[in-house]
Amino acid sequence: MTLEQAPPAMIRARGLRKSFGNFEAVRGIDVEVRPGESFGFLGPNGAGKSSTMRMIAAVSPPSGGELSILGMDPATDGTVIRGRLGVCPQEDSLDTELNVRENLIVYGRYFGIPKAEVTARADELLEFVSLTEKAKAKVEDLSGGMKRRLTIARSLVNRPDLLLLDEPTTGLDPQARHVLWDQLFRLKRQGVTLVLTTHYMDEAEQLCDRLVVMDGGRIVAEGSPLDLIRTHSTREVAELRFGVGEHDDLADKVEDLAERVEVLPDRLLLYTHDGEEALAKVHERGLEPAAVLVRRSTLEDVFLRLTGRSLVD
Amino acid sequence: MSTATSPSAGPSRAELVLRQAEYWITVYRRTWKGSAISSFITPLLYVAAMGLLLGGFIDEGGAQLEGAPTYLAFIAPGLLAAHVMQTAAGETMWPVMGAIKWNKTYYGMIATPLGIADIVTAHLLFVLFRVATTSAVFMVVLAFFGVYASWTGALAAFLVQLLLGLAFAGVIYGYSAGLRSEAGFALVYRLGVVPLFLFSGAFFPISNLSAPLEWLARITPLWHGVDLTRMLTLGNVDGSAAAVHVVYLGVMAAAGWWWSVRRLERRLVV
Repeated sequence: MTLEQAPPAMIRARGLRKSFGNFEAVRGIDVEVRPGESFGFLGPNGAGKSSTMRMIAAVSPPSGGELSILGMDPATDGTVIRGRLGVCPQEDSLDTELNVRENLIVYGRYFGIPKAEVTARADELLEFVSLTEKAKAKVEDLSGGMKRRLTIARSLVNRPDLLLLDEPTTGLDPQARHVLWDQLFRLKRQGVTLVLTTHYMDEAEQLCDRLVVMDGGRIVAEGSPLDLIRTHSTREVAELRFGVGEHDDLADKVEDLAERVEVLPDRLLLYTHDGEEALAKVHERGLEPAAVLVRRSTLEDVFLRLTGRSLVD
Repeated sequence: MSTATSPSAGPSRAELVLRQAEYWITVYRRTWKGSAISSFITPLLYVAAMGLLLGGFIDEGGAQLEGAPTYLAFIAPGLLAAHVMQTAAGETMWPVMGAIKWNKTYYGMIATPLGIADIVTAHLLFVLFRVATTSAVFMVVLAFFGVYASWTGALAAFLVQLLLGLAFAGVIYGYSAGLRSEAGFALVYRLGVVPLFLFSGAFFPISNLSAPLEWLARITPLWHGVDLTRMLTLGNVDGSAAAVHVVYLGVMAAAGWWWSVRRLERRLVV
């Protein structure tokens, strides 16, 4: 009997850093992604997500720390690693000189896939991302959502073991986002390891088994969406709306009713285990909010708690 | 390069370059008709206007044309070499900037097994193909005007065009790879392509220039290309001068390739 070994990590980073001149984009992060997992990097703009993704894609050399992709060192085995990755970059890099189908075939050839096979795969992938009717269309004539789908199809042409998606749905309308999520979910079920960055919390909750929240080049939290909510927020949130300008003063009066009270210009947020109970107590104290909402905590609450509400850029 | 013994040894550089053939064939299929006009008809107009019509006056005046029997025979190699320079420049300016800045296709390509050197090499090989086809067609047409002293000379002149094309393509690719704005291309034309075209001995012997200008002309790459091509088509080869030309252009091509890889790497791999 041979000893059963845990499958090697798809990505393993220890103290990974990236700097551009004096600017440190990534300041020492530890990440481990296992086969078949969907892993997310969340963070505001400038958190270091894209820099991390580019290092993982073996196109940007780390400035420090250790990084192993598919068990290999990107500094020496970049070609082999990239051959097994699918990359959907933040900005489309489709070739506008080629039509939709040619984009897939040409790209597949870069991976050394024989012409006949890549042609068959191109047709399959167009079917998968519902672009069969656009096969002969020019890339320029596609909508933003179609271009994104084509980019995803292109990233799958080499049947990657690890799919990297950098903000896959940024700029898409809700319909297009849901179509994409559906396709990504199907890939996940086929066992493809997904790694994505996003600043949409609903996307992270939908797609990620596990995620890290990055801020200022560091990891500030790690876990499953549920774990993160449990650890960094309360089960429920009661939102109370009073008259404009009253929120600051009223906050003191309800402070003891929740684990944490957050004052926003237009409402008070009471983070509590039981929203309805907190609300009843608010009424008992003779306070009459103009509007109330009791809801479950979301990843967005966690995200704002960890990375703050102020704009970063 | 040492032979890789790691179990993860990947495809060879040659294979990675070859994998881009599909791309370039597809692009060429789409653009060859347009490029045929600029790369074939335009030089033919020069042959007609300058070689035949202007040449008629010049030949009547009994000009000294470095041993060329007619003005057409004198400028035919010059036009050929100048045209090669322009083809190489056209293929390594906007297409390179487009792939970096506008379409970002290079960013898609470097996410695959291809490396920077593979991308540059394949692009330069495509330029070589474009130079080969346009100069072959141009040379065949010129053959009808009886401008070649010998077939072997013409064949050697054709090979010189390939070397000249690579020399210009490598250097201009490197320039484009690091360029932030397309305004820099106007500079290439104003300070590079146009003055070289006019003053590198394509249209008149550079001995007609004043001494300092003649020496300036002698260090330009196009003059080396023109002079070498002309020696071969007129059949009066000066061995040592020819060797200097070949070494000059060969070094320029190799240095241009190296510089292009370095500049593109600095631009894309950050």
